[in-house]
Amino acid sequence: MSAQELLELADDELILGWRNSEWTGIAPLLEEDVAFSSIAQNEIGHARAWYELAARELGTTADELAFDRRPDEYRCSRLVQLRLVPDWAATIARHYLYETVDAERIAALKESDDPEIAGLAAKIDREEAYHRMHAQMWFERLQDEPRFKAAVDELRPLLEVRDEHTPELAELWEEMTMVRRSVAGATW
Amino acid sequence: MIYEVFRQERKGQAFAHAGSVEAPNEEFAEAYSREQYGRRGESTALWVVPREAVHEIDDFADELQKNYHRVDGYPLKEKLGLARERAGTARAS
Repeated sequence: MSAQELLELADDELILGWRNSEWTGIAPLLEEDVAFSSIAQNEIGHARAWYELAARELGTTADELAFDRRPDEYRCSRLVQLRLVPDWAATIARHYLYETVDAERIAALKESDDPEIAGLAAKIDREEAYHRMHAQMWFERLQDEPRFKAAVDELRPLLEVRDEHTPELAELWEEMTMVRRSVAGATW
Repeated sequence: MIYEVFRQERKGQAFAHAGSVEAPNEEFAEAYSREQYGRRGESTALWVVPREAVHEIDDFADELQKNYHRVDGYPLKEKLGLARERAGTARAS
């Protein structure tokens, strides 16, 4: 697996984790707030693990890969870039679409010849299994809602788009790296 | 709908009430319970029970003050003192 492919994966997880975390404190009910925030945190944890592997190959650090690239250098799918708050139906549509495709990606990575990648994929898959369960139960609950169906149809084509960057990604990047950029050279 | 959650800290231990979650059905209740009471390795197992399934009993009639049925209604100290006196083994006070 090339460093570029690792970056696609890590960028997807980081940006989706960030977007999902925008629901913290404002989810439709408290229990869901806890659950969805926890999923967001897991995604960022997965991003960190993949960035670390990529960083070793590229001779840099996970933090630099996550925060010091320009927005147009990110390789994440267009799907994860969108700011969907406060549309819960669209958020669940994205969650469901992402988890479905991510499941296939992780399954393939578990079979990787590189034992480090296969091992990490297996570890991540155990957490993703819970995310899939969560996505599936929401899908079953919302699948007959016209708003949800429309959101799934609208978002599905964005999954494979990686070369177009939305203005929303640049805005997110500003927010995401604001503190890091505030003191140049700080090692925190 | 409210579900009551009981958790077991270690295998073999009794389940203790952990709290409750609000969820639209059992599946959501299970997911939310995992999240709130099992994610940090603090539980080996959970029981998730709809609140209606829990029968609360809180009326314990004790009209005749049969306090000898209760541990705190049967003080031993006095009786022990008397018995010691009778046996001639009373402690010097």
